[in-house]
Amino acid sequence: MCNCGHDSLVPQIGIITGITQETPDVKTFRVNAPDGGKLFEHMPGQCAMVCVPGVSEGMFSITSSPTNKEFQEFSIKKCGILTEQLHSLQVGDEVTVRGPYGNNFPVETEFKGKNLLFIAGGIGLAPLRSVINYCLDNRENYGRIDILYGSRSADDLVKLKEIQEVWMKAPNVNVYLTIDREQEGWDGHVGFVPTYLKEIGFSTDCIGIVCGPPIMIKFVLQGLKEMGFTDEQIYTTLELRMKCGIGKCGRCNIGSKFVCKDGPVFRFDQIDELPNEY
Amino acid sequence: MYKIAIKDLNTLFSKIAEEQELILPIKKAGQYNFGVYEEGCDIDGILTNKTVKSGKDAFFPQFETLYNVRKKITPADELENGEEAANTKIRTKLTIEAEALKDKDFVIFGMRACDVKGVEVLDQVFLTDPVDNYYKARREHGIIVALACHEPEESCFCTVFGIDPADPSKSKADVATWIVGEELCWKPITEKGEALTKKIESLLASADDSAVDAEIANITSIMDKLPNTKLSLEGWGKGKTDEKFNSDVWQKIYTPCLGCGTCTFVCPTCQCYDIKDYTTKDGIQRYRCWDSCMYSDFTLMAGGQNRTSQVQRFRQRFMHKLVYFPDRYDMYSCVGCGRCVDKCPQSLNIVKVIKAFENEQKEAGANV
Repeated sequence: MCNCGHDSLVPQIGIITGITQETPDVKTFRVNAPDGGKLFEHMPGQCAMVCVPGVSEGMFSITSSPTNKEFQEFSIKKCGILTEQLHSLQVGDEVTVRGPYGNNFPVETEFKGKNLLFIAGGIGLAPLRSVINYCLDNRENYGRIDILYGSRSADDLVKLKEIQEVWMKAPNVNVYLTIDREQEGWDGHVGFVPTYLKEIGFSTDCIGIVCGPPIMIKFVLQGLKEMGFTDEQIYTTLELRMKCGIGKCGRCNIGSKFVCKDGPVFRFDQIDELPNEY
Repeated sequence: MYKIAIKDLNTLFSKIAEEQELILPIKKAGQYNFGVYEEGCDIDGILTNKTVKSGKDAFFPQFETLYNVRKKITPADELENGEEAANTKIRTKLTIEAEALKDKDFVIFGMRACDVKGVEVLDQVFLTDPVDNYYKARREHGIIVALACHEPEESCFCTVFGIDPADPSKSKADVATWIVGEELCWKPITEKGEALTKKIESLLASADDSAVDAEIANITSIMDKLPNTKLSLEGWGKGKTDEKFNSDVWQKIYTPCLGCGTCTFVCPTCQCYDIKDYTTKDGIQRYRCWDSCMYSDFTLMAGGQNRTSQVQRFRQRFMHKLVYFPDRYDMYSCVGCGRCVDKCPQSLNIVKVIKAFENEQKEAGANV
């Protein structure tokens, strides 16, 4: 669970070894341990608590794949006190990190040998990127991979370079990009993710993995159901306020589950069993 | 079984306190609360009065430091040659100093059977993977001397949860004690309890196990007459989420709740906490403190979610104690100590919640 011997709540020091400005309000931070190696090993979908001491600490999904043996990455959108401080950091600065926390996408079990359909909106690509790159690095273990990714504008598409240069060129991978409104210089699809999903009309011979703003998830889920998908073949991640990350502080409690420990990855039939409070 | 005259308790306490920290109920500003024993502290009435808080602080303090962070900020012009200083105005280096874990034994005297059960509830949370080492160290070093409830109060209902206030030797305490006339009977239960007893043996006289029989019978008969001990938990517990969560009873009963969080602070089982930073002149102190699910910002996120209304927060607290906790840990997380009954400024409490659901069921039954 945690590399620190003293207690799970005591973090490690992480050095920021790279910063990429992805969109006007999203930066990807590359983080290493002080000795240059990785902070810890994780699985796709797991999260970690990143902290600017004296400011705040927050749970972020690890966007790099475990197959990356050099470093961990976090794609973080500037939207609050902590994320604003994180965005002001520079290469060489230190933060504290603890984790990895939570469960992961079942890449070694339920996903194995299956066709996969990834549907992401905006910064919702961050947790899915870890899974996608894991699958691409173990390409023989998975079938067809479809990726539907949308954002407000072309400038808000996170990791666009990697999408175009790696994902679009990978074997048996189809990438569908869309933006909400017409934009000069964009000759791709225009329209909301749920609408585009119906237009493409995917067959149900795959597992759906959905991540994005709650409103997008809601309509994507409706769309998938109309196309014949069952709750058991659709996965998503939940996000609630967290402090401890280890199922004790009580914040992310829904029913008998703690999103930080039992989640963040849930199948929709599991979500259906939870009280409607997320 | 041993005994000691109640008038000699001060001698006993100072003997215990000679070798280790002693925590016990102390009278301060007209209230009883657990505190550290010092010569001359007011222990008048501590054997019979219920403390305002349960003593869970001894294991899970209301405030505790987890670690300190030291920050070293280097301006770019002072960075050594060769260091990568591109785009870098200043460089922040951190060091983390974890707070030491409890490493000395201590004794907590005067917890009641309900309080001890409360610790058992906390154990489920803090001692399951990943173990909370701060809590674990205190549990390992703490020696619990429990006291039978000589005068159970009107608000008490621990028996509803299968707790026996008359016989703390059935609890997870290390030593059980009883008030019998002018004497305190003392019975070690665990190895830790035996070891403590050995240290104070010179002050104790031996007694027969039957010495406490009359006291046990008396407490049991008092509990029998108390108004809240007839509560029924039928319909609560494992697997009752759908039925209870969706009931309209919550909406009917929550309105007086001010969201003040008093119930959570006096509760022996409430364990929700916050983690915060305090900036000192030397660095940053990372501390943990009690928090409350009754507060509107407890779960508040940038997007406005979740549990945005008081009725949702009110429901969360009782669903957690009576359904979610049993689901997860196979035990209720209420011990019937009655402190929320005593302290809620609006007289709203878990007894009222259970009764409201009971009445609803009766009415529903009558309408069939």
